[in-house]
Amino acid sequence: MALIISEEQKMLKESAAELLKIKSPVNSLRDLRDQNYIPYDKSLWNEMVEMGWTALIIPENFNGLNFGYVGLGQILEETGKNLCKSPLISSCLLSSSVINLCDNEVLKAREFPLIMNGTKTMTLAIEENSYHKPYDFRTRAKLEGGNYIINGLKTFVIDGSTSNEIILVTEIAEGEIGFFIINREQKGIEIKNNILLDSGTYSDIKFNDVIVPKENRMNIKINGKELLKDILAIAYSGIASEMLGIIVESFDITVSYLKERQQFGVPIGSYQALQHRASKMFSEIQLCKSIVIKSLQSIDYGDKERYKYSHLAKAKLGKTIKLVTNEAIQMHGGIGVTDDADIGFYMKRARVLQQLFGDYNFHLDKLATLNKY
Amino acid sequence: MKSKTDVSLTDFRKETRAWLEENCPMSMRKPIKVANDFYWGGRNPKFSSEDQKIWFERMLEKKWIVPYWDIKYGGGGLSQDQNNILTQEMSRLGCRKPIYSFGISMLGPALLEFASEEQKMKYLPDIVEGKIWWCQGYSEPNAGSDLAGLQTKAVDKGDYFEVTGSKVWTSYADKSDYIFCLVRTDFESSKHNGISFLLIDMTYDGVSTRPIKLISGKSPFCETFFDSVNVPKENLVGKLNEGWTIAKYLLTHERQMIGGIGETDIKKKLHQIALENLPLIKGKLVDGILRNEISNFEMDEEIFDLTIQRVTDEAKTGNNSGALSSFFKYYATELNMSREELILALSGSDGLVFEKNYKSDGNLARKFCRSKGNSIEGGTSEIQLNIISKRILGLPS
Repeated sequence: MALIISEEQKMLKESAAELLKIKSPVNSLRDLRDQNYIPYDKSLWNEMVEMGWTALIIPENFNGLNFGYVGLGQILEETGKNLCKSPLISSCLLSSSVINLCDNEVLKAREFPLIMNGTKTMTLAIEENSYHKPYDFRTRAKLEGGNYIINGLKTFVIDGSTSNEIILVTEIAEGEIGFFIINREQKGIEIKNNILLDSGTYSDIKFNDVIVPKENRMNIKINGKELLKDILAIAYSGIASEMLGIIVESFDITVSYLKERQQFGVPIGSYQALQHRASKMFSEIQLCKSIVIKSLQSIDYGDKERYKYSHLAKAKLGKTIKLVTNEAIQMHGGIGVTDDADIGFYMKRARVLQQLFGDYNFHLDKLATLNKY
Repeated sequence: MKSKTDVSLTDFRKETRAWLEENCPMSMRKPIKVANDFYWGGRNPKFSSEDQKIWFERMLEKKWIVPYWDIKYGGGGLSQDQNNILTQEMSRLGCRKPIYSFGISMLGPALLEFASEEQKMKYLPDIVEGKIWWCQGYSEPNAGSDLAGLQTKAVDKGDYFEVTGSKVWTSYADKSDYIFCLVRTDFESSKHNGISFLLIDMTYDGVSTRPIKLISGKSPFCETFFDSVNVPKENLVGKLNEGWTIAKYLLTHERQMIGGIGETDIKKKLHQIALENLPLIKGKLVDGILRNEISNFEMDEEIFDLTIQRVTDEAKTGNNSGALSSFFKYYATELNMSREELILALSGSDGLVFEKNYKSDGNLARKFCRSKGNSIEGGTSEIQLNIISKRILGLPS
């Protein structure tokens, strides 16, 4: 498999770049934050729906576009470049993937059309700790009669404030993991919203004896643990795609600034101290590009090494996003720490993405464990 | 539906795999460990084993010594796709290169691009057959990173050049038959414009060499001296005073070679070395920090290999930047140095043995010392970073 995107994927990427450049410049994030705060711009979301982005990973037999994760990854990279807020990660990358990979066919037929036409957005409630610990569940789902009774607390739920449905994953019995789709209006759900560093909304969701009908269990025969493993690989690779956009754009902004900013009568980019640091960043970015496309392809092709590649992607992008956003601010000098400059927004989003689904040390640990040392 | 080309490539892969399995001796599939494992050819060729000889001769007969060169120059005439398949299959089996040769990796590409047809016919087949061991005469005592400041002069004496000066870091000059050399032929013009590219037989009167002992204790490099050496004019490659263009072209190939493009050698995984040397508790290395460093290194190593693949794939679609060779050279050498540094750390006091090392995988301490030259030879890391910042990022001088 050649490590390049196809002509079709390239067209998708270019159309995304075009739309977001006009409709979602970084300044719109500033407006969204400062003028009657909203988590994301609904009219832009409607345009994304029009463009078919909500149908990208949905199979053709449900009228989806079946474009795969390489395709979705191109869009996520572009949203990263523009710091565009939308439910793409919560609803398309995570929730649609769970529905797609589970074996509840009734649910697929019912929910896919609503996701694709933008009627509904969904999110995945997975974390229960402030660090990524995907298999550590304290929430409980107890089967009583025809219903599951759910108790517990989920945290760091992306777009929990706006999603119509919450997909909750938890342990049902020793070693048995279940995915449940729950309407946000369901009795016993308490949602507390937090605005984080990146001006996004994330929720703590408390489940107090929430009654979930048996047919809302998403994995019927499929092993929940295996399903979760695949969802995590998708999450790591997808988020790494957005991280790539952040890295590439903050680096480009910084290189332009190095050419523009004059001190001592010359552009500061003529100084070797800065040139070498820029060249080192360029080199790390070369590696980032390779692992992001490799991990997305490995998911699309069901490569058995996809878990490893997804850890590699999230680890490498995590390392590099820290380097590049920090260097970006330093190279901007004083202006870099002001709210007027865009570069700070990239650093802020980078830190949230770093924590979402595990930082680089988490993934380096997993890689070592995969290699049994 | 598979296209006709796909089918023929699939067949080619099958045939290649079968041929290699049948013809590559088992001992030639083991990783390179000691200097003798390299075969260099030359006027007085020395094979260190019968298998090494068999492997070279079979590959020569198969025309796979330089599979991608034109048949008329002794190459195998393979397409780029076929050559990639051969490289992959050799790598899969762990086959060593049948010969290690700067003639193949560096001089050959330059001759193909700049030499006259007569010169190509004279030199290329000998390179393929391993008859001539070539070395490179670039750096001088006062022209290292500032290569274009070289001072070895070639004075026009009518039907020959008289060459006087000295070169340094000439790899294996004491064993080589010929040297390809950058010399100054114009002393008036700017430093890049007065350089020419000359081929000099090491047996000419006035050529002498002296090995340089490195911190590793070994001497892969020499100083080479030219004392009024008479070189026939027909040994000039390309145009007079335009050698810098050839030099730059050749440096790109050197960087790619150092950067590991087209490499078939398989390196042992670092964590395997760790597992052989260090204790585990609950399935994890006891030293958590070292474990993190190994994992971080292996991440970069694996993704760097993917990057070679990605850039090669992109080049096929016409998306190519020659300056990327600086990135490959920079990154590959930094990685190799980190690798040696970590191996030394993993090996504890065992790895420090210098005079005699009972470890089967070679002398760790010497390899460690040798790796310190990686980020210097072939253009320092800093020179590569300069090239990236100017040619790729477009940062001002």
